[in-house]
Amino acid sequence: MSISLATEGLSKEFRLHLQGDVRIPVLADVDFSVAPGECVALAGPSGAGKSTLMRCLYGNYGAGSGRILIRHRGELVDLAAADPMLVREIRRETLGYVSQFLRVIPRIGARDIVAEPLRARGVPAGAALARATELLTRLNLPARLHDLPPATFSGGEQQRINLARGFAADYPVLLLDEPTASLDPVNRQVVVTLIAEAKARGAALIGIFHDTQIRDQVADRLFEVLPIQDAA
Amino acid sequence: MNERSSKTPLLTARDLTLRFGRIAALDGVDLDIHPGEVVAIVGESGSGKTTLLRVLSGLMRPDAGEVSYLGQDVLGMSEAARRRLMRTEWGFVHQNPRDGLRMAVSAGGNIGERLMATGARHYGNIREQASHWLTRVEIDPARMDEVPAKFSGGMQQRLQIARTLVTLPKLVFMDEPTGGLDVSVQARLLDLIRALVADLGLAVLIVTHDIAAARLLAHRMLVMRHGVVVESGLTDRVLDDPQHPYTQLLVSSVLAA
Repeated sequence: MSISLATEGLSKEFRLHLQGDVRIPVLADVDFSVAPGECVALAGPSGAGKSTLMRCLYGNYGAGSGRILIRHRGELVDLAAADPMLVREIRRETLGYVSQFLRVIPRIGARDIVAEPLRARGVPAGAALARATELLTRLNLPARLHDLPPATFSGGEQQRINLARGFAADYPVLLLDEPTASLDPVNRQVVVTLIAEAKARGAALIGIFHDTQIRDQVADRLFEVLPIQDAA
Repeated sequence: MNERSSKTPLLTARDLTLRFGRIAALDGVDLDIHPGEVVAIVGESGSGKTTLLRVLSGLMRPDAGEVSYLGQDVLGMSEAARRRLMRTEWGFVHQNPRDGLRMAVSAGGNIGERLMATGARHYGNIREQASHWLTRVEIDPARMDEVPAKFSGGMQQRLQIARTLVTLPKLVFMDEPTGGLDVSVQARLLDLIRALVADLGLAVLIVTHDIAAARLLAHRMLVMRHGVVVESGLTDRVLDDPQHPYTQLLVSSVLAA
């Protein structure tokens, strides 16, 4: 089977130097893989480490041990050992991440935020902005908001901007952390369609979906993340 | 499997050491900066970050170590050669705009002077470029003939940036560029720097104690303490998953806004 993303013996422990050097193990020996065109939902109780796993997969948290293999430019590359330049290249071309909350940048309008990943790849401004508009429109963000900085937008509006940004760039691997948490039913269905389209073009998706109804619509299978004491 | 993306670095420093009496200002610092890369050096006052910037840009000599820019030995080059580099392929944005601007020369003159230093002679072209750059840094070109002393601090800093970038340098050193400014003015300046750096593909080495500014601007981050780089890596990795006790202290001390 072809692999888009896989972990091998991935472990992660947080060491809190300022709290008496407490060590908090979160992930131990996680092995899983996702194929092109597949959507895997991370399941498990709150606090089990689903979000930690997602952040490790993006390189936002450093892996404690183990490998994170990602198919980048046709080859499997170990993201856990990649230098910052290579991680940036992987994030630009291969790996997208829709976080739960939008990190707003002062003075930058919604459309520019959505277009930014395409611009970073060298897509001309016109085409990138057109694609951004298309996604924002599909996610029902009113046109009058497209050029406003989203700092004052509602949680649901900000989440749709995050989603538009994640889906605009057609990443081969896309991580989704609670992508529908603050959306209304209509927009939740838009996300379901976007995920189906991404799968159809061969993208691999890994998601955390609190909403089990959405999860069952999009996920091909579940991967159980268990708290460490239970997993032992 | 890895390291394959590493192109030739623009600037390389190895084992930089500098002592002021008994205090180690730099203690075995290594650093590479690649074309188009924005690297932030963060740390408290006295951590050695400004000293590092001064040594890398050849303003100050270390006791030991090497600095190389595209294969040229920066510490070994003549003062004339270093000044030529600083006028053309390098830029330096000072914390205090007065250190980077000529306060008695008009805004347009400040920009034009740097262009002329790289060989521009045609008055009309120089004026046109100056006007273009004033617009780019959001200063009304109608104020081209005013001296910067009449500008606000934020405008002076934007003018210094225009003066620095007009020659399209490859590498820009920035020392606390938002340091002396009001918070509202800082955001505008940071956004401007962010946009210009991305458009022009500049490599930037920015010294700051402002963690939020570093997150916004920098691809990569070095954390300094007592002259030592205690941690470095991708900006969001260092800030969201800090490993060193000092980085954990630094990150946990910032108020989330």
